[in-house]
Amino acid sequence: MRRPTRTEARNARAAAGFLLPFLALFLLCFIAPIVYAIWQSLHKTERTGPLGLGGAEREVFAGLANYAQALADDRFLSGFGRVLLFGAVQIPLMIILATVLALLLESASARWVTFFRSAFFLPYGVPGVIASILWGFLYVPGISPLVKMAQEVGWDVDFLSRGTVLWSIANIVTWQFTGYNMLVLISQLKAVPQELYEAARIDGANARQVALHIKIPLIRPALVLTCVFSIIGTLQLFAEPMVLRPLASSIDSGYTPNLHAYSEAFVGNNQHLAAAEAVLLALVACVLSFGFLRLVGQRGKEDGR
Amino acid sequence: MTPVRLRYRIITCTLLTVAAVYFLVPVYWLVVSATKSSGDLFGSFGFWFANPRPIEYLGDVLTYDNGIYVRWFANSLLYAGIGALAATLLSAAAGYALAKFPFPGREGIFNVILAGVLIPGTALALPLYFLFSGFGMSNTYWSVLIPSVVSPFGVYLCRIYAAAAVPDSLLEAARIDGAGEWRIFSGLGLRLMIPALVTVFLFQFVHIWNNYFLPLVMLSDSDLYPIQLGLTSWTGYADRQPELYQYTVGGAFLSVLPLMILMTVLQRYWRTGLTEGSVKA
Repeated sequence: MRRPTRTEARNARAAAGFLLPFLALFLLCFIAPIVYAIWQSLHKTERTGPLGLGGAEREVFAGLANYAQALADDRFLSGFGRVLLFGAVQIPLMIILATVLALLLESASARWVTFFRSAFFLPYGVPGVIASILWGFLYVPGISPLVKMAQEVGWDVDFLSRGTVLWSIANIVTWQFTGYNMLVLISQLKAVPQELYEAARIDGANARQVALHIKIPLIRPALVLTCVFSIIGTLQLFAEPMVLRPLASSIDSGYTPNLHAYSEAFVGNNQHLAAAEAVLLALVACVLSFGFLRLVGQRGKEDGR
Repeated sequence: MTPVRLRYRIITCTLLTVAAVYFLVPVYWLVVSATKSSGDLFGSFGFWFANPRPIEYLGDVLTYDNGIYVRWFANSLLYAGIGALAATLLSAAAGYALAKFPFPGREGIFNVILAGVLIPGTALALPLYFLFSGFGMSNTYWSVLIPSVVSPFGVYLCRIYAAAAVPDSLLEAARIDGAGEWRIFSGLGLRLMIPALVTVFLFQFVHIWNNYFLPLVMLSDSDLYPIQLGLTSWTGYADRQPELYQYTVGGAFLSVLPLMILMTVLQRYWRTGLTEGSVKA
C-alpha cells in the first residue's frame, strides 16, 4: 500500500475535525437505532419462572420469530396493503397536479404568478397534525361548512365512512404537499435554457407541444426526486390517521404499518415486535424507492438518454 | 392579442384560480373560525363570521391552564430554532470537509450519509426511543433536540454548494497567509456558503416544527410538548370540555402564523436550494 503523502495526512486531519461532530451524532441517531432495532427484532423477552410466568425477565435470541409474527398478522399486512393502494393513487395524482400547476405558472399566459405560487405553497407550512385537525373540522358533520353546503344541494356526503376516509386522508396529504412538489419542479424548469423553448417556438411548436415534448422530459430528474420522497412519505403515514381516529370509527390501531408498530410498542408493550415492524417498514421503503429508481433509470436508457 | 392567445390566457387563469381556492379555503376557514366562540363554531356557517371577537378568544387560548399554550409554543421554537441552527452548522462543517478535503474513504462516507436521506424518519424514531429510554434520556428536551440536529440532506446540499461556491485558490491563499483551517472555515467558507445555509436552516426548521412522531414517542411530560402534541391532547379532551374545540382552532391558527410568514418572506431561498443537487448531478 502507498503511504499517504503529507498533504493527504494534513487533509485527513483537518477533514476529521470538521466531520467528526456530525458523524458522531449520525452514528448515534441513524446507525445505532438501526443496529439496535435489528438486534431487538431478533430477540424476545422470556420470563424465567415456571410456565413462563413470574420470575425475572431476560432477553433470549428469537431468530426470525418476531418477523414471522408480524407477517402473520393480518392487520399489519392489510395496513401495508392500504398505504400501497394509497400511494398508487395519491402519488400520481399529486405529481400530475403539481406538474400541471408548475407548467401553467411558467407558461406565458399566466398572470399574478407570485400570488398563485405563494398560495399553492402555503399549505406546506401547515404541519401534518394541524392540517389533519383543520380538515377534520371540515369533514365532521355538524361543524363542517362543506358537508352543510353539500346537503343543501341534496348530496348526502360522508367524508369519514369506511370507504371514503382513506381518500379524505389522501386529500389532506395532497393539499399539503402539492405546492412543495410544484416548487421543486418550477426551479428545475427555470434551470432549462430559454433558447430551447424559443427554438421550438420558431420551429412551429405550440405551447402544449413544448410542454409535453420539451419541458416534461427536461424536468424528469425533479419528477423522479419528488416521486421517491413521496413514496417514502406515504409509507410513513401516521399523523393524519392518528388525528382522524377519534372522528372515524373505521380507522383502527393497524390502519397504517406505522400506527400498528406504534400501538405494538406503547399499547401492546411489545418492543421486540415493534422493532421488527420498524425494520420491515424501512426495508419496504428502501426496496420501493430503489426499485423505482432502477425502473425509471432503465426507461431513461431505453429512451436513448 | 390573437383570439387563440386570449383563450389560452382565460383557461390558464381559471385553472390557477380554482387551484388557489382549493389551497386557500381551509386556511380561510381557520382564520374565520379563530374569531368564533365554541357555540358559534357549531352553530354558525363555517365560511362566514359570527360575533367575531378574535382578541378575546385568542387571549383565552393563551391563558388557558396557566398559559400552557405559550409554553408549548416556546418549546416548539426551542426545538426548531436551536435544532435547525445546530443542524445547519454541523451540516456546513461536514459538507465543507467532504467538498474541500480529498482524503481516502471520502466517497464511502458520503454515500453512507446519503443513504440516510432515504431512511424513513419514523422507522428510526421507535428504535431511537428504545435506545434513549435505555440511557434514561427519553422524556427530556435532549431526546427531541439531539435527533433533530442530524440532517443528512443538509450535508448533501452543503457539500454540493461548497464544491461550487468555495474556490480552492482562495483557500490556498489563506493557507499561505498562515491562517489555520478552522479560521479559514469560519471566516471564509461559512460566509461563501450562506445561501445554502439559509436553505438548510429553513428546511430543518420546518422539518422539526412539523415533526410529530418523534416528540410523540419520546415525551410523556406535557410541559415538554411542542405545540402539535399539545393541540392533539386538547382535541382528545374536547368531548368532555367543549370549549377545547375553540382553543384547538385558535391554537392551530396561532401556530401556523409564524411558519407562513417565514415561508412567504423567504420563498426565494426555497427555490435556490431545492434543485441545486439535481441540476448539477
